[in-house]
Formats: sequence, C-alpha cells, structure tokens
Amino acid sequence: MSETLISARGLTKRYGDFTAVDAIDFDVAKGESFGLLGPNGAGKSTTMRIIAATSQRTSGTITILGRDPEEHGPQIRAHLGVVPQQDNLDTELTVSENLFIYGRYFGLGKKFIRNKIYELLEFAQLEEKRDVKVDTLSGGMKRRLTIARALVSEPDILMLDEPTTGLDPQARHILWDRLFRLKEIGVTLVITTHFMDEAEQLCDRLVVMDKGKIMAEGSPLELIKTHSTKEVLEVRFGSDRNKEIAPSLRAICSRMEELPDRILMYVEDGEALLEEILNRKLHPTTSLVRRSSLEDVFLRLTGRTLIE
Amino acid sequence: MSNAVAIADARANRTGHQIYAGRARAIIERSLIALRSSTWVPVATGFVEPVLYLLAFGYGMGELIGNVTLGDRAVDYTVFIAPGLLAASAMNGAIYDSTWNVFFKLNESKLYQGMLATPLGPLDVALGEIVWALFRGLSYSIAFMLITAPLGLVPSWGALLAIPAAVLIAFGFASFGMAITSYFKTYQQMGLINIALLPMFLFSGSLYPISVYPDWLELTIKLLPTWHGIELTRDIWFGIIDFSSLSHLSYFLVMIVLGLFFTTRRLRDLFMR
Repeated sequence: MSETLISARGLTKRYGDFTAVDAIDFDVAKGESFGLLGPNGAGKSTTMRIIAATSQRTSGTITILGRDPEEHGPQIRAHLGVVPQQDNLDTELTVSENLFIYGRYFGLGKKFIRNKIYELLEFAQLEEKRDVKVDTLSGGMKRRLTIARALVSEPDILMLDEPTTGLDPQARHILWDRLFRLKEIGVTLVITTHFMDEAEQLCDRLVVMDKGKIMAEGSPLELIKTHSTKEVLEVRFGSDRNKEIAPSLRAICSRMEELPDRILMYVEDGEALLEEILNRKLHPTTSLVRRSSLEDVFLRLTGRTLIE
Repeated sequence: MSNAVAIADARANRTGHQIYAGRARAIIERSLIALRSSTWVPVATGFVEPVLYLLAFGYGMGELIGNVTLGDRAVDYTVFIAPGLLAASAMNGAIYDSTWNVFFKLNESKLYQGMLATPLGPLDVALGEIVWALFRGLSYSIAFMLITAPLGLVPSWGALLAIPAAVLIAFGFASFGMAITSYFKTYQQMGLINIALLPMFLFSGSLYPISVYPDWLELTIKLLPTWHGIELTRDIWFGIIDFSSLSHLSYFLVMIVLGLFFTTRRLRDLFMR
C-alpha cells in the first residue's frame, strides 16, 4: 500500500439542521485517481471543499498529507490544485496573465512562473490563445485553462469538481485525455462527478455518495461486480403497458428496476432472457442488451438514477 | 525557497498565518496587470467630478460670495473649498475600486473564491484590494493638487501635507467601503452607497462651514467620515493643526482597522466556512 495522502473518519458537515456530509470515511493513496460519484446534492462538493481547506468540518477528523486543515489551511492549500465546479478565471486578464498571477498568489518567483507558463499552455493546448482575454475562450478551453492554472504550483493533489459538466462531447473527450495524461505521470486526482462514464474512465477507485453518505466503495469494476450483474436487458413496452407487463417479467427475472420509461432486467445473459421474453409472446417495442455500468450500481444502491 | 509548499511552511508558526500569508502585494500586482488593459474613461470621470465642483462653485458661485471667515481670517471662497474637494477626490478614488469593483469580483467573477483556494488568506485579499483602492484615491488627490497649485489655490508648502492626509482618508474610505460591499448581496443595496455618498459630501462642510446648521444637525454631520476628511484636509491646508486635527486622524485610523477587520471576517465567512 502506498502512502496515504488524504484520510477522513466520521467526517461530517452540517449547515443548521441540514447534514450535507454525514459521517463518511475514506482514504486516498498517493498517485491514485479517486472519485466521488453521486447526484447533485449528495455532498460531493462539500467534501471537496473540506479537503481543499476552504470549508470547516462540523465533526469527525480529516488529514491531508498528515495535517489537519483546521490548523494548517494555507500549508495544505499550497499542496493542492483546485478546479472548482464553476470557472472562476480572472476575466479582466489574458490567458497567460491568469496563469502568471495565480502562481504569484502562491508566492512563486516570476522567472519560475514564466518558464512554467510555456509548459502549461502546451499541456492545455492553448498556445495560440496566450494573449487573448479569457472571455473569448470556449467552455472547453476555459476548463483546460482552469486545470492548467491549478497546476502552476506543481500540486501533489489535483482536485476537480465536476470537471466536464456543461461541456459538449468533443470537449469532454479532450479534457479526459488531458486528465489521463496527468494520471499517467502520477498526479493524485480527486474528482467529483455525476457522470458514470466519467467515473469509469478516470477513477481507479471511487465512493458512491447519496444524501451525504457513502453507499459503496471500490474500483468501478469491483462495484459493478458486487452490486450489479454482468449484463442488463432494457425493455420498453410503452409507458402505459410497462406497469401491466412487469409482474409477468418478474416471474422470469429476480432482479428488475422499473423506471418510468423502461424496465431494466439484471441477468448474466441478456440475449437468453430476451429470447425467453419473446417466447412468452411479450413483445417489447424496443430492447437492448448492454453491460452493467456504474449507473446500475447507483440505481441498485439508492433506487434512483444519477441524473434526475 | 522556490516551491509553493516551502513558502507556505515558512509561515506555519506565525500568529495569524491562517488569515494572512504576507502577500497582499500579489493582489496589488493583479490589479496592476488588469489596469494595463482597462479603459481609462471611468478613471477620468471619478477625477473630473471634484474639478467640476471647483469650477462651478469656486469660480462661478465664488464670484458672488467673495470671502469666507475662517477662524480669525478671511479667505477667498475658492481657496476655502479647494481642500474639501481634494478630500473628495481621495474619497471618490477610494470608493471607486472598493465598492462596485469589489462587488463584481465577489458576486460575478468569483475572483476572491479563486484567490482563497490558494495559500492566500482573507486578510491578504482585503488588504491588497483596499490598498489598491487607496492608490486610486491618492492619484486623484495628487492630480487635484497639480491643478489647484498653478491656480494659486494652495496657500503654502505645508499644504502639501494634505497628500499624506488624503492617503489616510482614502485608506479609511476604501477599508469601510469594501467592508460594507462585502455584506451587500444585490445591486439595489449597492445603489444605496451612491445615494448616501453625494449628500454626505455636499452637506459635510465641503462648500460652506457647518456652523450654519442647527446644533442637532451639526452634531450629526460631525459623526460622518466625509466631515472628518474635509476638516482634516482644511486644517492642513490652512496650517491650523490642533487637537481636533488629531481627532480626525484617529477617526480614520479606527475606520481603517474596523473596515479591515470586518472585510477579513466577511471574506472568511463567505469562502472559508
């Protein structure tokens, strides 16, 4: 087991009567890509802010690089690169000025930062945009710049809160590719997301969060193995008939989830089950056999879908 | 020391290291970079206002008024209002950056949130922004001095001390302005600042001595920072430094400390709780 960078026990955050984070335990190892997966309001961002030493816990313990953020906030923040959910780039400055001044906030030398800027612009694929104001950048470019900015201080841990929310598919893939490179060179990543594909792509290990609690923990594959079946058969009979047909389906499949628009059937062999359904003359309007995903894990654990 | 961690660790044992990283200058550096590419029109308007008052009241109305009695001497009306307008220049400059600009950075661009995700503390941000606002106040008052001196409105070399006084006044207004702004949530509330400032300036003895008021009003005006700023500058302008000048000085010192305290606390509550 490699060095533990972040360790939380019974971590709790309350705002008045509302418990945003409810006694959670987790550890993040050096070089690991750790994910917090859950719907909006699950407590992911609050957890991130506590790790980033910009929010104080109500109870429990947490150490980041062996230190308590309550006593060593600035020292912990010096180790971190933070990519917030909403871009907060300096709109009055250009791309390279944004990188420069952010380094200055850490107290870094001008020469060091100027050299670093070349490297970061190349990484973010923004060389041609270095002297333009950030307002003119596309959403994907802004995100890449925010990530580059977080890297200016050569952090030990990069914190990414919903890194691709609001981006189009192409911009997401470019961003994933960049983050994958960071992972390859051993940067520890902590990522929150409500996209299961993102969690599957980027996270070595993740916790599934719902209503402030951790519901499950493991690698994407482990989670799917433990909490779901190998395959999923999705059938649709039209929204009126779904309810009517469900009981007869239950007879041939022990695990089902009925969603408003479709029925999910969890089995080892989806094709065989579909054949069985057709043999019984229950003709679905559409059917699809697919592998289980983290979405199914979440559905299994909470009875709800990730994106509502 | 070259890396971020070593720099932060070096301060770990100092008192107040959680709220102050000793780098308010990084915030000022940011404003300097932003200034390079900003438009100069709003800068100019803030400065022009007191000059317009000087022309309209001093050279316009002044012709009708002639002299004003100040203590035991009579001074030309234009000379009488000049120091008050210099103080107004300092206030205008300080308010310009510490209110609307701060409001934008707090609520629209989320700039402070980004700054406070670094090892910087809320006092770095507060001090950096307030000192920057003060610079604008200072440059407005220097410019005002440069205009009034050739016109013969500056009575002595000693009156040059009005510039350091303007720094103090600007510091006080910037500090208080940012503190108030940090508690405001809407544009309507921000509008109140502008609504309050103009009458505060007009009725605080900038254009006539406040002895014309009934006692209760005179006492009320004496509680306002505008009056203390105008009086302090006027004392220095005419070389009448006494105990009351000291009280004006301390008024601004208290204002600076309170403003810094509340701004720091508010930033911490907003972004680090």
